Amino acid sequence: MSPPPPAAPAPVADESALLARLRAGESAAFAELVGRHGGALLRLATTFLKDRSVAEEVVQDTWLAALDGLDAFEGRSSLRTWLFSILANRARNRAVREGRNVAWSALGEAGEGPAVDPSRFRADGHWLETHAGWSEEDPERLAAGAETRAAIEASIAALPDAMRAVVTLRDIEGLEAEEICNLLGLTLTNQRVLLHRARCRLRQALADLRDGAR
Amino acid sequence: MLTCKQIAELATAYAEGQLDFADRLRFQLHLGLCANCRTWVRQLQVTARTLGRLPEPELPPALEAELLRRFEGWKAQR
Repeated sequence: MSPPPPAAPAPVADESALLARLRAGESAAFAELVGRHGGALLRLATTFLKDRSVAEEVVQDTWLAALDGLDAFEGRSSLRTWLFSILANRARNRAVREGRNVAWSALGEAGEGPAVDPSRFRADGHWLETHAGWSEEDPERLAAGAETRAAIEASIAALPDAMRAVVTLRDIEGLEAEEICNLLGLTLTNQRVLLHRARCRLRQALADLRDGAR
Repeated sequence: MLTCKQIAELATAYAEGQLDFADRLRFQLHLGLCANCRTWVRQLQVTARTLGRLPEPELPPALEAELLRRFEGWKAQR
């Protein structure tokens, strides 16, 4: 199984040209970059900071810091990943100042115990229930469907912060596991545990929707 | 032999390529024999892929306008 592709990657060569125009001071280039990445930045900011206005402030600060640091961007990572790393630092500092615990590396938020409730299995380890349906569904259709999309977005919003950050970065944004570990200060194992728990919950939300529809 | 319960715990490690060779084989062997787990694991994968197809959110226009204003200010100070 290969990792899911990101929804909207921008071609790298295209962005080099944009950055050159930005360095030359072109407002239209900045507007275009903001159009491409601003939404994703705000989405990520809200996984760090629940307060929407604080998240928006941090996004603004991130863009300004990116402008100041443009010369330092060497293009080794994607522009978006670079923007994310600036955002992550600022958001984490801000969250600490706002008094929220962001020590995800303690795995406290990942929780203890199995990702799937043990009561769903027989004593011999077999599933109690039969899983049926929607395993061959087209992800594009599920993402586009109003009901399924609403269910997914609601269940993402309901995830504990660390799980939401990891699944956003891995499955929505398509970052590599190592990049995510660097961004969030997690070990590879922590990141995978958080991702697994998030995916299980989101899978369940979709399954519940389907079961409710029957 | 792995149990369904173990499959449910290892599914993401498997999908992310983080199982060692022996565990990967055991995982695949169980999937080959257990339609129920095959379905559940596929549902997990469909879920992950669906997330990747979610539309990109847009910035609120007011925030976008503010950013462009700040850019002009930044430019003026360079």
